[in-house]
Amino acid sequence: MELLSGNEAIAQGAWEAGAHIGVAYPGTPSTETLEVFAKKDGVYAEWAVNEKVAVEVAVGASAAGARVLTTMKHVGVNVAADPLFTAAYTGVGGGLVVLAADDPGMYSSQNEQDSHWYARAACIPILDPANSQEAHDFTRDAFDLSEEFDVPVFIHSTVRVSHTKTPVETSVRQDHEIKEYQSDPAKWVMMPAYAKPRRKVQLERINKLRDWVESCPYNTIISRRSEVGVVCAGAVYEHVIEALPDASVFKLGVTWPLPNDALAAFADSVDSLYVIEEASEYLTESVRACGVEVSAFKHPLPQDGELSPGLIRKAFGLSEAVHAEAPQNIPPRPPALCAGCPHRLVFKELSRIKAIVTGDIGCYTLGALAPLQAMDTCVDMGASVSMSHGFEIALADKSHRPVVGVIGDSTFAHSGLSSLISTVYNNGGGTICVLDNRTTAMTGRQGNPFNGQTLQNRPSRELNIEAIVSALGVEDVRVIDPNNALAVRKALKEATANPMLSVLIFKSPCVLIDRIRKPAYVVTEACTSCGVCSTLGCPAISKRPETNQALIDPYQCIGCGQCPQYCAFGAIVSCEEGGLNE
Amino acid sequence: MSNTTTVLLCGVGGQGTILAADLLAHTAMECGYDVKVSEIHGMSQRGGSVTTVVRFGLQGVDSMVCDKGCADCVVAFETTEALRNIPFVRQDGFLLVADETIQPLPVLMGKATMPENPYEQLKEANAVVIPAGQIAADLGCPKSVNVVLLGALATELDFDLAAWEKVISKRVPPKTIENNLAAFREGYTHAR
Repeated sequence: MELLSGNEAIAQGAWEAGAHIGVAYPGTPSTETLEVFAKKDGVYAEWAVNEKVAVEVAVGASAAGARVLTTMKHVGVNVAADPLFTAAYTGVGGGLVVLAADDPGMYSSQNEQDSHWYARAACIPILDPANSQEAHDFTRDAFDLSEEFDVPVFIHSTVRVSHTKTPVETSVRQDHEIKEYQSDPAKWVMMPAYAKPRRKVQLERINKLRDWVESCPYNTIISRRSEVGVVCAGAVYEHVIEALPDASVFKLGVTWPLPNDALAAFADSVDSLYVIEEASEYLTESVRACGVEVSAFKHPLPQDGELSPGLIRKAFGLSEAVHAEAPQNIPPRPPALCAGCPHRLVFKELSRIKAIVTGDIGCYTLGALAPLQAMDTCVDMGASVSMSHGFEIALADKSHRPVVGVIGDSTFAHSGLSSLISTVYNNGGGTICVLDNRTTAMTGRQGNPFNGQTLQNRPSRELNIEAIVSALGVEDVRVIDPNNALAVRKALKEATANPMLSVLIFKSPCVLIDRIRKPAYVVTEACTSCGVCSTLGCPAISKRPETNQALIDPYQCIGCGQCPQYCAFGAIVSCEEGGLNE
Repeated sequence: MSNTTTVLLCGVGGQGTILAADLLAHTAMECGYDVKVSEIHGMSQRGGSVTTVVRFGLQGVDSMVCDKGCADCVVAFETTEALRNIPFVRQDGFLLVADETIQPLPVLMGKATMPENPYEQLKEANAVVIPAGQIAADLGCPKSVNVVLLGALATELDFDLAAWEKVISKRVPPKTIENNLAAFREGYTHAR
């Protein structure tokens, strides 16, 4: 037995099923799956620039006869939805398995949507493992199911499946030959003449899946007492089993399609049937649609966030564990940009010029928090560029604060480029800041086209952001060192003053890549306690309680040299010169 | 439920809670227990509060999360996080705390203040406070605070010391095995 996270188990299951190819764009909580898969013997794996591209690469490889794994977070499924819906018409060549990893509770996401709706809408069967052993087994079997039913298959997970480690019995790889490819336009060319018959094929397949799901091995009934019956799936099942020791449980391993007859029979075997699910009404509505009466909880379950055994017991009016309260006034500990983060001064300067900042998805979204507070919007990948254009055209006839879009390098490659092309095409103005920290930082420093690193360290090339943006027709393009406060200030001032579209590329590596430390900075007696340095939001800078003078933590300070540029009194110096910290 | 032991490890992103949880979980497995370890990755890791839950039992572990009042032991790598997580300790549970204090950003900016008399409040909660940082520094391996705490935790759990040491030797980087074993033993001795 090995202790594996759900993500590691999915990678192992795919490998054992003989998967040849893996392709994905990183996204919490799915990221490690492809990283682990990429390290296994005999596989090809790559990061695509976004989830839509990843699924299209996967569909192509599947059509060509390979078994393919593609993984994404829930919002990535939105991006990939276009090819997925039609791949559910074409079907597959080699088995095609898609991990959709949801984030109820929004630990690292902008929303907590439920990917089950996609399964139902696209008519793609979806399996719901509750732990790592099931994640392994279901993924392994999903490749066979994909080929048997000629359809992509979803594996659904949540944070508590993907990032929970449980023991797994692993096995050896079953090798599969890549099937012989033969052209078959009626299956693969989805123009109306061919898509209409494929829609009929899909409808027939749905009937076959509905028959299969009634007796498939993935749905199980845990028979206990008959007063309360619960229908649930995934990690929630583990909470239910613990919270309600007397309840009988219908554990759904397949959450689309649902087994109508089996659910109706289960409902008949219990006095009251409840559906327990997280941050969604998918399962409740789907069970009701089977003609099964679903009972209301004594106290409603939360409609948002994660569940726990305690929350489930509360819904049934059962006792909760007694506990002490935390002392009052414990300071919050929100995440923050790291000490030395190259994004910091860009946000400091944006804050100074009181820009309207359309933000994007990544570590730099933390620029929205105090004290920098330099972000007005963050919606989805690439939206910074397109939303800034939206602001510009809406405010065109009014005097307005400068509008600045802020986007990271990997997010720019993901979908910012197409937004920028649209702005250029429509002769838009404004300023776009590309925060090029040479990596996909938030998800754990993955490669991307602009750092030229690939998932299996195959040779690549580093795409040049400046050259690409220039080639699009943007005339004002500059590369700036974001650790130089005056350079950042000057570039932003000039770019926001001119009416044309400007793209500022702030290029400096994420401090977590090489973890380079220079001598720390210290504060001298010249400090007047003015507090300007603490407006940078650096976790290394605090105040001396006695004097309110600044204090730099020598263990956290990496010697980036950002804060001395904001000290009008020259009181922050390299520790080699000596200061109050000594 | 009663057959499952729940340990909640809490601290600040970057303090090594995940490695400590990994060593605890593998020791439980080594001793024949079923185990679940639930971690949080992503944005909250950037210097934010983090918790990892390890649950183990001979009869099979169900849920992977810990409700308030349900942790047999809370291991805190930092005093403010210890106070924050007091509600998770079950009645007669055990609160083990390293005497490290890291000011969160709102405090650094002067928008919030640190708790007054944290050690008195921890004492009221029957916490066992370990000078883990000093112990680790005295051993010449300041980075092994997490393993010092693990040694202290070991005094409260039923695993053989041999199992702990076998797992530590297998799972930490080869160059750090001796340091980590020393840190573990020192934490154990101190807490016992």
